[in-house]
Amino acid sequence: MEFDFSQIGPSLPGLAEGMWLTLQLLALAVLGGVAIGTLIALARLSNNRLLSGLAKGYVNIFRSVPLLLVITWFYFAVPFLLRWITGSDTPVGAFASCLIAFMLFEAAYYSEIVRAGIQSISRGQIGAAYALGMTYAQAMRLVVLPQAFRKMTPLLLQQSIILFQDTSLVYAVGLMDFLNTARSRGDIAGQPHEFLLFAGFVYFVISFGASRLVKRLQQRLTV
Amino acid sequence: MSPMISIDNVSKWYGDFQVLTDCTTAVAKGEVVVVCGPSGSGKSTLIKCVNALEPFQKGSIIVDGISVGDPKTDLPKLRSRVGMVFQHFELFPHLSITDNLTIAQVKVLGRQPDEARDKGLKLLDRVGLAAHAAKYPGQLSGGQQQRVAIARALAMDPIAMLFDEPTSALDPEMINEVLDVMTQLAHEGMTMMCVTHEMGFARRVADRVIFMDRGMIIEDCAKDDFFGSPRSERAQQFLSKILQH
Repeated sequence: MEFDFSQIGPSLPGLAEGMWLTLQLLALAVLGGVAIGTLIALARLSNNRLLSGLAKGYVNIFRSVPLLLVITWFYFAVPFLLRWITGSDTPVGAFASCLIAFMLFEAAYYSEIVRAGIQSISRGQIGAAYALGMTYAQAMRLVVLPQAFRKMTPLLLQQSIILFQDTSLVYAVGLMDFLNTARSRGDIAGQPHEFLLFAGFVYFVISFGASRLVKRLQQRLTV
Repeated sequence: MSPMISIDNVSKWYGDFQVLTDCTTAVAKGEVVVVCGPSGSGKSTLIKCVNALEPFQKGSIIVDGISVGDPKTDLPKLRSRVGMVFQHFELFPHLSITDNLTIAQVKVLGRQPDEARDKGLKLLDRVGLAAHAAKYPGQLSGGQQQRVAIARALAMDPIAMLFDEPTSALDPEMINEVLDVMTQLAHEGMTMMCVTHEMGFARRVADRVIFMDRGMIIEDCAKDDFFGSPRSERAQQFLSKILQH
């Protein structure tokens, strides 16, 4: 079997567009996932048993189902739900439904990281914040979360590298991310194996490189 | 005149375990009260009940006319008027010394950043650390951090100051620099409630001494009476142990 990578060069602009979509999806999913995950972590740590129970249930459910299922389920369910709520057809598109799926799914994982981060901050810090007259929200926002996030940044980034790879699952609903673009271009060019090999190489270089950077960051933070 | 802090029949339980039993005392405006006792006697718990960092189940605590235990009380507002200094300083490590001094002034009291900064730096100068304004807590010694913590509390213009073993975590050579700041504060007329083992400080500065053991207030008397002739055997034992070194 002989490989012919000749068509990859001319296809690079198209592949770059696919990568752009992948990175957009990643960035928005990380932002939304961390934001929702932080709220879930706070709920989980709350003294309100109903709230912490709901948060715990959320985390357990999303950590016990395959991401692929969540993506396809949201793809079909979100338009249906919106029609049920608004009474009219509201097109959301594959990008939005995938983004929501990623945010909600990853939030379960981010929330566990953030929870550990919050718990690593001593009770005395919260006491000092309260003693200065801060409310719970101020104590969290100004004192606890900034310290927790500083400690947790390497873990949050590691999780985001996994998410970068998982974004390729949007293939299932036909969104033209990097992998799907490579597959489609490869088919058109008649070099499907070469394009998939190239895609794998790109995923590896980005993930491995980012992982090494995170390790260096981690060492700098611990020293 | 009603006292600045009045503690009336306060009891507290952790589950079945009673940590405070019918504690009653009061601190008048401008008075300096030292609370001492063996470890585990409930003295830190009692002082933390005063600004509601610890809840209590029975009795009442009134600070400047406001009931601490009343569910309708605006606790953040009450706490913002009572300064507290902790054993482990609890400066915010992610913020510079200046930001430590200003954050609550700005976010809690709503002061302008410039005004808060001036106030914070003035107090930093007063505790002898003006040169360290741009540093972070981790770059200061324990004694310096505790002096910053006192300045941070004073920046809120408190009506009273609570000290929870402010020198217990310090190396011996740093204890005096903190006690000096506290002594100066007492001479300026600050209302102070201090949990401490520093009997020298109590002797020099306190108006009254409270001795606690097993969650109860055993002695509550003028300083000279306490050091002259403590009535309870437990206080005598405590004093003889603590004054040996």
